[in-house]
Amino acid sequence: MAGRRGSLEPGRHGFSAVNQVKLQSLAVGYLEQKRESQTSGDGDFQTQVPRHPVTGGKVPPSKAPRQRNNEDCNPASLVLFAPTSQYRRSSQRVPSMAPSFDRLREEDLDEELDDLDDVDISDLREKYEVQLEQGYDTFVVIDGLPKVNEERKPKLIKFLLKKLNTVGRTREDLIYMPMGDDGNSLQFAFVEYSSPAEAAAAVRQLDYTVLDKSHTMRVNKLTDIDRYGREGRIDEEYTPPEIEPFQEKEHLRSFMADPSGRGRDQFVMFRGDSVGVFWNNEKDQPENIVDRQHWTETFVQWSPLGTYLTSVHAQGVLLWGGASWSRLKRFPHPFVNLIAFSPNEKYLVTWSNRPISIPDSGHPALSLDDDGKNYVIWDIETAKPLRSFAQQDIPGTEEHAGVKKPPKFPWPAFKWSADDKYVARLNQGTSISVYELPKMNLLDKTAVKIDGVMDFEWAPATPRRDGVKTYEQLFCFWTPEIGSNPARVALMSIPSKQIVRSLNLFSVTDAKLHWQSDASYICVKVDRHSKSKKSQATTLEIFRVKEKGVPVEVVDTIKDTVINFAWEPKGDRFVIITTTEPIGPTAVPPKTAVSFFCPEKTKGNTVGNFKHLRTLEKRNNNAIYWSPKGRFVVIATVHNQQSSDLEFFDLDFEGDKPEAEKDLTANLQLMNTSEHYGVTDVEWDPSGRYVASWASAWKHSMENGYHLYDFKGELLREEAIDKFKQWQWRPRPPTLLTREEQKQIRKNLREYSRVFEQEDAERISSADVAVVQHRRRLLEEFYAWRAVVEEELAEERAALGLPADPVAELLKAKTAEIAPQGEVQEQVIEEIMEEVLEETEEIVN
Amino acid sequence: MRPILLAGHERALTQIKYNREGDLIFSVSKDQQICVWFAHNGERLGTYRGHQGAIWTIDVDPTTTILASGSADNTIRLWDVKTGKCLKTWDFPTAVKRVEFNEDGTKLLGVTEKRMGHLGTIVVLDVKVDVEAEQADEKAMTIVCEESKATVAGWSYLSKYIIAGHEDGSVSQYDGKTGDLIYNIPIHELNQPITDLQWAPDRTYFITSSKDKTAKLITAKDLEVLKTYTADTPLNSATITPKKDFVILGGGQAAMDVTTTAARQGKFEARFYHKIFEDEIGRVRGHFGPLNTVAADPTGKGYASGGEDGYVRVHHFDKGYFDFMYEVERERQNRLAAAASA
Repeated sequence: MAGRRGSLEPGRHGFSAVNQVKLQSLAVGYLEQKRESQTSGDGDFQTQVPRHPVTGGKVPPSKAPRQRNNEDCNPASLVLFAPTSQYRRSSQRVPSMAPSFDRLREEDLDEELDDLDDVDISDLREKYEVQLEQGYDTFVVIDGLPKVNEERKPKLIKFLLKKLNTVGRTREDLIYMPMGDDGNSLQFAFVEYSSPAEAAAAVRQLDYTVLDKSHTMRVNKLTDIDRYGREGRIDEEYTPPEIEPFQEKEHLRSFMADPSGRGRDQFVMFRGDSVGVFWNNEKDQPENIVDRQHWTETFVQWSPLGTYLTSVHAQGVLLWGGASWSRLKRFPHPFVNLIAFSPNEKYLVTWSNRPISIPDSGHPALSLDDDGKNYVIWDIETAKPLRSFAQQDIPGTEEHAGVKKPPKFPWPAFKWSADDKYVARLNQGTSISVYELPKMNLLDKTAVKIDGVMDFEWAPATPRRDGVKTYEQLFCFWTPEIGSNPARVALMSIPSKQIVRSLNLFSVTDAKLHWQSDASYICVKVDRHSKSKKSQATTLEIFRVKEKGVPVEVVDTIKDTVINFAWEPKGDRFVIITTTEPIGPTAVPPKTAVSFFCPEKTKGNTVGNFKHLRTLEKRNNNAIYWSPKGRFVVIATVHNQQSSDLEFFDLDFEGDKPEAEKDLTANLQLMNTSEHYGVTDVEWDPSGRYVASWASAWKHSMENGYHLYDFKGELLREEAIDKFKQWQWRPRPPTLLTREEQKQIRKNLREYSRVFEQEDAERISSADVAVVQHRRRLLEEFYAWRAVVEEELAEERAALGLPADPVAELLKAKTAEIAPQGEVQEQVIEEIMEEVLEETEEIVN
Repeated sequence: MRPILLAGHERALTQIKYNREGDLIFSVSKDQQICVWFAHNGERLGTYRGHQGAIWTIDVDPTTTILASGSADNTIRLWDVKTGKCLKTWDFPTAVKRVEFNEDGTKLLGVTEKRMGHLGTIVVLDVKVDVEAEQADEKAMTIVCEESKATVAGWSYLSKYIIAGHEDGSVSQYDGKTGDLIYNIPIHELNQPITDLQWAPDRTYFITSSKDKTAKLITAKDLEVLKTYTADTPLNSATITPKKDFVILGGGQAAMDVTTTAARQGKFEARFYHKIFEDEIGRVRGHFGPLNTVAADPTGKGYASGGEDGYVRVHHFDKGYFDFMYEVERERQNRLAAAASA
């Protein structure tokens, strides 16, 4: 034993550079040393009760880990840990230990038993077996430390402890830092944590921690060092990894090319048990592209750029796409409930209400670290999990009349910056954790502490602030009044974590953050109460993000409760819906008012102050759907038993403009009103040409189906489909045309549209001709068939000797029968016609 | 087209029949009454009393002399149309769901319910179209439906076949003389019962309606489906309009399935489809319960519908109805007119 230990003396290795193999051998040495100090020292530890490798205590039988397989239950494996060359040499002197753990053969086992003079200790072994993997899971190896001498060693350990204790619990005496012959440390250390989870956290969070200019700390699991660092596991010579031959993949954006050349959009419909993808054919039956039974278990979802169709199953999430609609990616998050993509389709967040439980047999994608977690963030390209998170307890679920409301988990819990570089999660009331992609490490290793923070939203586009040249992403957050501190809305720049603009507010009960799609504005809808807290009012505070100094403009104080707000995409106008009645579950939906706002006209290129344009009173509307291209907006009443109307507005109507609004940058005109009974959802197609509205069986079972409108609100098509659940337009990636090219197209639009209009006209007329011809044929066929049948019938009658009309004879007979009773007389049947000559209405008092 | 509302029944209507001249309407309902009405003004001419149970079905012979009715009191009764006198009662072990005279009124078929260990049957009775005559007690023929009970049945042209619609959605053709089964073809969706079967004027083809939300136009000779009319609600009745090439379908959410009070929800409308093109061309609203029966005036001037709401609504068609024509129909009409004048 001593010899073996001696062989591990670092001096002989000449630790000029700590490579993993050597580190590995040291790790073994360290462990064995520990073990030996724990055993009684007679050397024959095979008959010894195994002890916990670190605490040295006897492993209580109840705590003895379960045995996994035969190999593991051999206590010899306790020492047969690492086959370094030195070790092997020494082990030759101890024949019973000759083969290393992995190479252990049945015969070797027998040999050992023989050596022990046939003492059967298998029951003991079983009873006190320590599972190595588990036993060493609490250890990590720290590498890359500065060289210190005995004197300075405690200082370094103290320094390390501070870092190490941020992720778990460890003590000074659980850090072992080997010293070299020259009295200096060997630049690494072994650390034991109190649980495997902490060790895992240390590896995840402390690896690559910068200590000073020239030292970066590396943290690895001891078991990993063993697994990967064992001699023979790593070739001395570098062999390049075999690169799989390139396999042609399907073009994932082939859907952009409509085979008919009409630039149609696709959509997915989920009805009954089947999911189908279709081309929108306006008035005609949508053209089916693919239709599959049981394609999904709960719902389907397009990725934000339309590349993938997501299906959700109990076993996880699948992505489909390409022309053949084959399975492209698999994200096996068991019992997944919800999913969210990052804006550029790089990452996927999956959430399950049930914490992940990794079975003993392992999981194809997730590891033990993910056990108990609810959220998983995946890299879509590799289909590998990046990091998993547990659900947070949400504070503030107040008790109402003794009934505790189940906590509402915010979704999406992880919010993405516009460029997929950051993802952040709110820790309500304390901080916002911003993670950097793709490593998923906490930005600057700490969450952004913001006392009382209630909500935050990333800018939906990379902001371009006036005078800011460096890269930044912005998010907006708000905090309520705490003590005498006012409520605050602020913009924070990431990665600098600088507050760009902050606004203090008083008497705030709630605030909602609404970004405009270009990140030009953010409107903060602030619900305020009066001093007595009796009356409510809402103000809209608009931050003009792109202007110098981010000025804040306050738009009208609104007496009523604002129940909905929506910016014009890519524009600077917005619509709000207000109600005077308290919101809540009422039998009769509240009366609402719809107000339009737009900026004033200004000279030059600036955007004027926001002004109230018009308010439509006494409505039932509760939903706002802007066209993705702006200008047009649908104001709808959804989820309502009594009314379900859709109103289509144009904000740049080309007709006459009311005099009073001549200074405003909008000309509002109602284009059309439509009714769709029981409508639950409305969605514009990505081109802004069509609007689909549907009544989903998820919400109610009445008249499920969809309507399709053009942007003007003209009903193109309606279809009632049993158990209609979902409709979703396939999003399109942003255009590849440059600004100039787009401008050019807009300029020459007339020429293009002439061609398209002609094509459309031809298609429609040919379709009409086809329909007419089809009808003509049906008509001819039917009458031809009738002629044949009538002839046959006449022949049959004649053959049977029956009269041509079966009843005429009978009637004649009956008439004859009645007649003799009286005189045969001509009866004059008088038909009395009532005619209204004059109608007057008298009001009787 | 202002409908006449006949409010004489107290319970749900089960069947309506026009007489051959289209001037009388016979209606039966679950309130155990048979009513007869003047079609042109909706005045009630009288009632036929005697049944002890809900009356499921009614038919009148082509000369409007005698009336047959089938009821849940397990009888078929024969009535004198003019006097309202009950001429004959035939007893059966179970309820009678459908009666129909053949084209000359000499044979009457009845469909009996499957219940209490009795299989559903189609019985044929010989009838003398004479109010004075003694009617035979004996059944001329009994067809037992072993597979799936018949829900509706009728006589084809020349009384050559008996066509029956079944509970399992199939349609059978039996020999009118021997009662032998010739064909049994699954026409409607499996196990969606056929709810009505009505003839074209010459009885060479017929229309069936089913709970599977479709109605089908079928030939009598070889049970070929000519046309299918798809609705969005279970159908209770369908009829073929004379003069114009339309069909009228009636149905609606069954009362027990209606969960909301909104009338629009139940789809309680009579639907007009073009017989040849299968397009829906119009709807008539008015009932506030599902339509249990629709009947077309044999002269083509109107139609009547009877609902679960207990009302009969008699409609006389406007000019617009008669003028309505598809372009291709007009074309054909003009061509025929030209050929006739030439």
